[in-house]
Amino acid sequence: MSLLEVVGLGAGYDDFQALSELDVRVDEGETVSIIGANGAGKSTLLGAVAGLVRCSAGQIVYDGVSLRGIAAFRRVGMGIAMVPEGRRIFPSLTVDENLDVGRYCGRPGPWTKSAVYEALPLLQRLRSRSGARLSGGEQQTLAIGRALMANPRLLLLDEVSLGLAPVVVKQVYEAVPAIRAGGTTLLIVEQDVNQALAVADRVYCLLEGRLSLEGVPAHLSRDEITAAYFGIGSENGTRP
Amino acid sequence: MSWVNAVVQGVLLGGLYALFATGLSLAFGVMRFVNLAHGDLATFAAFMAFSLTRTHAVSILVALAIVLPASFVVGYLLQRVVFDRVIGADPAYQIVATFGLAIIVENALLEKYTADTRGLDFGKLATSSIRINDKMSIGWLPLLTFLCGVGVLVALALFLKRTRLGRAFRATSDDPRAAQLMGIDNRRIYSVALAISLLTVALAGVLDGARRSFDPFAGPIQLIYAFEAVIIGGLGSLWGTLAGGIALGVAQNVGAQISPQWGPMIGHVVFMTVLASRPTGMFGKAEAR
Repeated sequence: MSLLEVVGLGAGYDDFQALSELDVRVDEGETVSIIGANGAGKSTLLGAVAGLVRCSAGQIVYDGVSLRGIAAFRRVGMGIAMVPEGRRIFPSLTVDENLDVGRYCGRPGPWTKSAVYEALPLLQRLRSRSGARLSGGEQQTLAIGRALMANPRLLLLDEVSLGLAPVVVKQVYEAVPAIRAGGTTLLIVEQDVNQALAVADRVYCLLEGRLSLEGVPAHLSRDEITAAYFGIGSENGTRP
Repeated sequence: MSWVNAVVQGVLLGGLYALFATGLSLAFGVMRFVNLAHGDLATFAAFMAFSLTRTHAVSILVALAIVLPASFVVGYLLQRVVFDRVIGADPAYQIVATFGLAIIVENALLEKYTADTRGLDFGKLATSSIRINDKMSIGWLPLLTFLCGVGVLVALALFLKRTRLGRAFRATSDDPRAAQLMGIDNRRIYSVALAISLLTVALAGVLDGARRSFDPFAGPIQLIYAFEAVIIGGLGSLWGTLAGGIALGVAQNVGAQISPQWGPMIGHVVFMTVLASRPTGMFGKAEAR
């Protein structure tokens, strides 16, 4: 059953249309990756699902309910949490307090503070350190832990590898199996295509705000993905 | 001894200035909002207390018990109905909205109470004091005011550090967009912030009304002193606000010890010196964004 259905979505900023007629489906328990070049509209899609970006057309249906007109903070209570691009942890709060704030909506579920510390042991050692004094990798781990504290059914991960060393990216992605094991559905936006394909059950590729490829990673050839990613061999960016 | 007395009285006066400044500091810290009607709302609260004690013959404590919760509610509604529209917008809109409110409050008070000066009667508390020696006494009212200032700051610090809502305040202050992603309703946080801001400034207005007379146009000077305390102490720092208030109070009293006309001026000089040499104030953090 689909947990999230994006139908004919149009969204953007002021006069710039970042997404057009986009259809995306995410089933319960799945991990779906969105790939695409810079400016393809990947983060706009996550922003629209989280309620941070206004939609100009189409609709987003979550668990059978249209999200139109529902504020971002209310969507967290419905089970949609997001790890935003750039981490955006709260610098004046300690690691412990950042996790407390992540639990603000009070949604019940398996992710308690001790469960997060168990899944992400790095945070346990840093619990009294302020957010401003964390490295990029530590901040990213905290951002994931903080989002888990909301006990989401759908977790949106936006560019978690951005600006991190490969070894740190590997450590961050090691948390994914534990998150999936908790029953959380994942929608991941990632520029690191290999990483995105490695963790995903299905993948969507965007090109200039439109869908250029959809499929199961194991069934897609490298050439297909490259063509869809860069729009090669197709004038309108649809599947070559 | 007279210099020591000037410093001690200045410290006590600083507690009042800190009380005036606390709400201003909180509103700026949480929502980057500067309320130019802050002083006028303090005067408004003093007039409310005046009406209650004179017209309805209630004691000042009863008046406070009515004025403070009422100010909280007014602050909440003011944010919801008026100021929410200008948060995050061009600062010019904030200036117009808050300056407009200041003019409305001043003229409404003038219409209702005329331009006559008024005072609040705190009974014996206003005149009784603790005698330290022949040259120095500490008035109970200034001491109580100082303790109120410290108490409010301690309570606010505990609220921000220990409570779920307080942590949401700090998160919203750090990054309002990310706070929304935690399920925090920014509009509610802003409304509670302005409600607390008005509660504290109403307390300051009533306590100040017992120390000196006031009229409908007393607000702007209180706003200036509150600004100076916040800037000297450092924007966004609660304890800096107390330190700033005390520095301003001591400077004014020491100045007045030199010559009575010099009091406010020395306070302004200290403010300008801090602004020029350390724009972030004594305890302020450099703006990261």
